[in-house]
Formats: sequence, C-alpha cells, structure tokens
Amino acid sequence: MTVPTLSAEETPARGGPGHGVRASSPRTSLTRILVYVFLTVAAFLWLVPILYALYTALRPISDTNQHGYFSIAHQLSLTNFKTAWVGGDLPHFFANTLLITLPAMCFALLFASLVAFVVSRYSFRFNVSLLVLFTAGNLLPQQALIAPLFHIYTSISLPFTLSSSGRLYDSYWGVIAIDATFQLGFCAFVLSNFMKTIPKELHEAAMVDGASVWTQYWRVIMPLCRPALAALATLEFAWIYNDFFWALFLMSSGDKRPITSALQNLQGGMFTNNNLIAAASLLVAVPTLAVFFALQKQFISGLTLGATKS
Amino acid sequence: MTSSSPAVGTKAGSLPRRPRGRRRISYFTKRDKLVLTVMIGIPLLFDLVLIWFPVLLTTIFSFTSWDGLGTMFKLPFNGTENFQAIATTNPDFWPAVQHNLIWIGVFLVVATPFGIFLAVLLDRNIRGTRVYQSIFFMPVVLSLALIGFMWQLIYAPDNGLLNSVLGRTDPNNTINWLGNPSINLWAVLVAASWRQAGYVMVLYLAGLKGVDPGLREAAALDGAGAWATFRHVVFPTLKPINIVILVVTLIESLRAFDIAYIVNGGRNGLQLLSTLITNNIGSEASRIGYGSALAMILLVVTLVPICTYLYQTFSKDVR
Repeated sequence: MTVPTLSAEETPARGGPGHGVRASSPRTSLTRILVYVFLTVAAFLWLVPILYALYTALRPISDTNQHGYFSIAHQLSLTNFKTAWVGGDLPHFFANTLLITLPAMCFALLFASLVAFVVSRYSFRFNVSLLVLFTAGNLLPQQALIAPLFHIYTSISLPFTLSSSGRLYDSYWGVIAIDATFQLGFCAFVLSNFMKTIPKELHEAAMVDGASVWTQYWRVIMPLCRPALAALATLEFAWIYNDFFWALFLMSSGDKRPITSALQNLQGGMFTNNNLIAAASLLVAVPTLAVFFALQKQFISGLTLGATKS
Repeated sequence: MTSSSPAVGTKAGSLPRRPRGRRRISYFTKRDKLVLTVMIGIPLLFDLVLIWFPVLLTTIFSFTSWDGLGTMFKLPFNGTENFQAIATTNPDFWPAVQHNLIWIGVFLVVATPFGIFLAVLLDRNIRGTRVYQSIFFMPVVLSLALIGFMWQLIYAPDNGLLNSVLGRTDPNNTINWLGNPSINLWAVLVAASWRQAGYVMVLYLAGLKGVDPGLREAAALDGAGAWATFRHVVFPTLKPINIVILVVTLIESLRAFDIAYIVNGGRNGLQLLSTLITNNIGSEASRIGYGSALAMILLVVTLVPICTYLYQTFSKDVR
C-alpha cells in the first residue's frame, strides 16, 4: 500500500531541491524546513535515553569515577557488558524468558486461530458475544485478577515432572498459561478480522468437496493466514517478553522469573553503579529491538491490524 | 433458527418431513460438531477459568474481610465496609485517584496529541520518514519496567544525566527526581510518555493512510491550509481511530503499574490504584478482601473505556 503513494509523491521531488509542486511557494518551503528541523530535534531527543545508556555502558567505571558521567570518555570498553552478563546471571534469566515466551506465544496463536476460525467462518448466534468475551479479557487490569488467580494457582497441583513446586503456582506452566490466555483475546480479534476477508467461496468449495472442519481449518484457512500469523507472532513475542506482572506475582522463586520480571530484583542487588545499569538495560532491550528492526513491517502491521478495523 | 422454520414447515407440509427440513446445519457430521466444540471449548475454558472466574471471585472477595487464610468457601462477609474504609480512612486512596487522573491528563493532553502531531507531520511527503518513524517507535518495544530501570541513569540524584546538565550535582542542591514525592510522578510520566507518543503515532499513521487523498486535494483546491484541512477534513473522517486511541490512552493510564512499581513499589508519591491493590494483597499484608475492593473500583472504572471500545468495534457486527 505504501509503495504506490510513495513513488507518486516522490517523482516531482526529483525535479529539483524544491521538493514537489506545492513546495514552490517560499512560504511552503519555509514550513518544510521547519518541519525537518522539528523532526530532527525531536528524533534526537527521543534517542537521548538510549544513546546515553550506550555511552555510559561503554565507559569503564574507572573512567566515569575520574571524569564524572557527563564528560568526554577517555576510555571505551565492553567490560561492563561482560560484568552485567556474568554478574547478573543474565543468561539464566534469558533462558527462563525463552522457556516462557515461546510456548506462550504459540499457545496464544493456536487458540486464537481456533476461536477466530469458528467465529469467522460459521454463523452461530453466539459468535459476536464470544469474541467480545475474549477481547474484553485482554483489556482488563491485571491487578484486578491477581488475588483470586494466586489462590487458584496455589490450589492446583501439577506433577513434579512439570513443576518443581508441585503446584501451578511458581511454575513455568502457570505463567505460560496466563500469558497465553491473556493475549488470546487480542489475537483472536485480529485473526477473526483477517479471516473474514478470505472469500466465502473458498470455504464453500472445500465443503462441497467434503472437507471436514479440521481439514478446512488446517489446510484451507491457516495457510492463507500466514501473513497475519507472522505479524501477530512478532508482536506477541515482544508483548509477552515485556510482561512484568504475571511472573512477579505468580512465581515466588526469583531464579525462575523471566528477565523482565527479574529486573525488580536485579535493581537493588547486583547493579550498583550506572555503568552496569546501562549495560544491563541495553542487554535486556536487545531481543525486542532486534525483532522490531528485523521484522518491522510485520510488527507494525500486527499493531495496526488490531486498531483499524474496516 | 426457529423463526425460519414455519416457512419450511408449511412448504414441507407433512409432519414427518419437518425435522429434516429444519436441520439447516446438517452438513456437519457428528465428528465435525465434536471438532468445532473442542476448537472453541478449550480456549473458552482457559479464558473462563483464568480470567472471568477470577473477575467473579474478586467481586465476591470485595464484600468480605478475608485474609487469604483458610478456605475460600466460608468467607467472612462484611457488606460494603471495605469500600467505606477505602473512601474514608485509607490515606493513599485519594492520592492514588489523583495520580491516576494526572496520568490520564498528561497522556491525553501531552503524549497522545504529540503522537498525533508526529503522525500528521510524517504522513506528509517527508524524506526519510521511515527513519523518523523507527526512532519514535523504538521505545514502544521496550517494557515500561525496563524503561523505569533505564531512566534511573537520567534521574539519579548524584550522577544522573539530568542533574548533570542542570549543574545540580553538588550534594546540597541535587534534585531527587524519583525520590521526591512532589515531583516523581511527573518524572515517571515523562518516561511513560516517551513510550506512549510513539505508540499513538503508529496507530494514527495507519489511520491517516486510509484517508482518501481526493478529500485533501478538494480541500486544497478550496484554499484550505494544512491546519484547516486537518481540523475540518481529515480529523472528522478518522473518528473510528480517534475513538480507539482515546480508549487505548484511558485503559493504559488506568492500568499503569510497571514503571511505578519498579521505581519504588508504587509508594511515596507514586501511589496508583493498581499499586494499592498489590500492596494490600501482597505477601506482607494479605488483606484479600480489602485489596479486592480496591480491585473492584479499578475494574469498574476501567470497564467504562473498555465497553466504549467494544461497542464501537462490535456494534456493526450485531445485526
């Protein structure tokens, strides 16, 4: 969609420095310059927290002790990253994150696609109410659920092979279950909108051929949903990775927590100087930033699919 | 189903045929029906057990003085006592309400309009618009917990960036941005707005892309300036996305938690409705009934924007 509009608008700009037809009047070109100046200044200010963190993280503690933090660096090194990585036991917390985020993301997408398939391809009377139920669940404040959830989790037993605590509370499965269920609403909403755009004829043709419900879901509809699934997977990875709340209150062992929830403990203990805080911040930011930059298109489309419903 | 059956019935005439004529969904085999039930049943079960059942329990708990010990099945009900106590004797409740309102205010008046402004600028024929968009969007992929952790570098009293820039590094005149209860909410809001503006920008850009370019050309031909075109032509056509953004802003402000909690546990100037809940039901306090009453208040308030959003989104589907 962006390609045709961009090329159509950029063609006149090639004619000269005036940038297009409307820019020919002096007032408009002044406005344009002001817009660029404003955007550049704003973008620079936007980057300051991240660039400053990077700068601080690259300076050894001896350098900042001697010259202060707001000064020209005399020495740059990666020592802080190494210290934060090892001293903060970050690989351990990243592994926890992976153990929780990937299954939760897969379950959220699987369940959401099932719900979306049923409500978008068949007309049952309860379709809309069902979708409302799921979508609303995703919008509630997490804190409003936590007290009962805590008691439900402590009263459900799990075999010790699944949970070292013997309960749903303080187990990876517990956090995976709530992460997936909480995200289910948003995914079901986005996927059902997407599935509604798939022509009904396709589904009818499959039905005439005698395809079972499962075949239609798995062989006909799901392959067509790949772009939407990719967009949602990207987005959900980031959202679940970023979840702070569930693991903080549904896990009692600090060493089982994923990295985002572990920040709470890391703050007071290991990271006593700004250089290490900066290095740790950036290391924690890397996974979501990497996913964002690598899959920017999917990320943005996942976000906007949910907001702009035709 | 029943409304259509009389027509079918009269056409079919004889009684024994009627059930067959009625069976509109008969193209499902038994197995298909089972598959469909399982497909919807499993996600529904999870949703009901982990989300809606807790909502129901929170509602029930809020009318009790339960301390979380003993069984859930013999609850000490105490009527609306919790709510009265919250409104009259809790020293943190009204400050928390005020902080949530300030949060909404700042998001509505500063962060959201700024995001919309960025979107409108970037939607024009701007060179490098993708680079600008990526920069403004970058904070959105970071968690608010991480943002709270990271912004210590800026707000630290003795060697933070802000005090260094302001020349306030001397121990006698440092500003404790996150520790001083009269300013820490504002400091946190700057960090939270850093993220919110980019989020709004992306949502709004998607909306702007859908605006018919003919509308703008027509407005330009009529001699409308950029601001007039936006105010009178573009903005009104974006009503659906405006409502989504308004609702997202309200819900995010009411659910605000992570950044306040990571800064100081949501106390001392950073009390929010959400942090009051966790501080009452958390391990040391364990006042489940009282905390649930606070949760009910937050839930009921949040339901206003949630219902607006659901109505806006789904009312077209209900025919």
